[in-house]
Amino acid sequence: MIIESLRKLGDYSLSMLKAAGRMVVFLGTTLFWTFIPPFRLPQIIRRISFIGVKSLLVIVLTGAFSGMALGLQLFYTLRRFGAESMLGPAIALSLLRELGPVLSALMITGRAGSALAAEIGIMRLSEQIDALEAMAINPYRYLIVPSLIAGIVVFPLMTCIFNVVGIYGGYLVGVKMLGLGPGVYWVQMEHMVDLRDILSGLYKSISFGVIVTWVCSYKGFCTGYGAEGVSKATTEAVVLSSVLILAWDYFLSSLMV
Amino acid sequence: MIEIRELYKSFNGQEVLRGVSLRIERGEVLALIGMSGFGKSVLLKHIIGLMKPDRGQVLIDQQNIFQLKGKSLEQMRTRFGFLFQGGALFDSLTVFENVAFLLREKTAMKEAEIKARVLFELEQVGMLGAQDKNPAELSGGMKKRVALARALVMDPEIMLFDEPTTGLDPVTSSLIQRFIRECHERLKFTGIIVTHEIPKIFEIVDRVALLNQGKIAEVGTPDQILESTHPAVAQFCSGATEGPIAWQ
Repeated sequence: MIIESLRKLGDYSLSMLKAAGRMVVFLGTTLFWTFIPPFRLPQIIRRISFIGVKSLLVIVLTGAFSGMALGLQLFYTLRRFGAESMLGPAIALSLLRELGPVLSALMITGRAGSALAAEIGIMRLSEQIDALEAMAINPYRYLIVPSLIAGIVVFPLMTCIFNVVGIYGGYLVGVKMLGLGPGVYWVQMEHMVDLRDILSGLYKSISFGVIVTWVCSYKGFCTGYGAEGVSKATTEAVVLSSVLILAWDYFLSSLMV
Repeated sequence: MIEIRELYKSFNGQEVLRGVSLRIERGEVLALIGMSGFGKSVLLKHIIGLMKPDRGQVLIDQQNIFQLKGKSLEQMRTRFGFLFQGGALFDSLTVFENVAFLLREKTAMKEAEIKARVLFELEQVGMLGAQDKNPAELSGGMKKRVALARALVMDPEIMLFDEPTTGLDPVTSSLIQRFIRECHERLKFTGIIVTHEIPKIFEIVDRVALLNQGKIAEVGTPDQILESTHPAVAQFCSGATEGPIAWQ
């Protein structure tokens, strides 16, 4: 009984290890082809539109409401300590260092990552990826590399938009609704926030771009059979990307503190 | 020209190919027939190296395709055209872009030349006028015709057709068969057609091979196959439910 359980645990661990290995090989192959010309600009632009432009609305909306919620919560918390004047920097630092990159990455994963996994999965099922290979076109170069580059370009841009909208959302609540002086909000922010805070968030968002496009492309590329296979691949892509974003965020935060 | 030697392939312990051996001469068109799920498409994908066998070889002009890598595999594949069962048209591209895809990727042709060539190919398959449509707007038969135009646009030496007429109405089916014959007369390609169109397909092929139980049961000219006394061949050609061929 115990030996059987151990055997099952061992089999499960081995299969997980193999799956992780396949994912790493997939990433390695993609990175290898990323640096080999010719670079497919039209595909990259198409992917930037697919991942970025179409995620713009959701980023603006979530950024605005995140900033507003932060403004509301922080204002009353800071007031207990008589530190309402620190509302601007508190919102800005929360967004720039942590919430901006993480929340925008999670939103893009939900909007574009799932669509990326489903699209590549359907291409696999309908033999479009086989067709590429049969035509002597490398599917990594044609499909995956443009997505990876688009992810690296789009994620920091979306994070910037999220941060700006979020800061204005906080301004709207803190200054326009709760009566904090506008000068206090901006001047304190200017004093407390430095370039390192902004850059640390952007570095994070670049790495999130790699994680999301890598995981979602891989799950789509290796999808199972039928509609169930695509559905499973999409779900796994979103869940794994989200978990990796949060875990990697903690790891990077601990390095950048 | 194409020689398949003792090809074995299994999926999750189930053997699909159990030592397939077959030789197709240059310029010959061979029909590969057999029950659904008996590995015909799998065999086709091995011939172009999309699948790797458990053991065995596929020799194209004496070169084992499974040993080719990188540029040499790419060069080998440029000699092929492949018509997939469902067409496998790229969803994100229009009909024109699908047919122009390889010309843009693999040749230095100018856009005007590409346009002329694509329109010619689309005219050949009766799809002129549909060049701006997306694959999602096309019927099954139309998709097959566009896919055929795409597969033939580079004048391949070897054409692999995976059920080119399955699921089509009789008229479209006959038109596609006629088009394949005309293209063969023009391009002199070596062709393998996976099909269930018996005996209609026999009009355009030189030989027929029956794949049964993971092996080639019989190979011969269409007349030899129709007159064959091999129990599996006779059963398959007559469509009888009793005989050595059984559902797997």
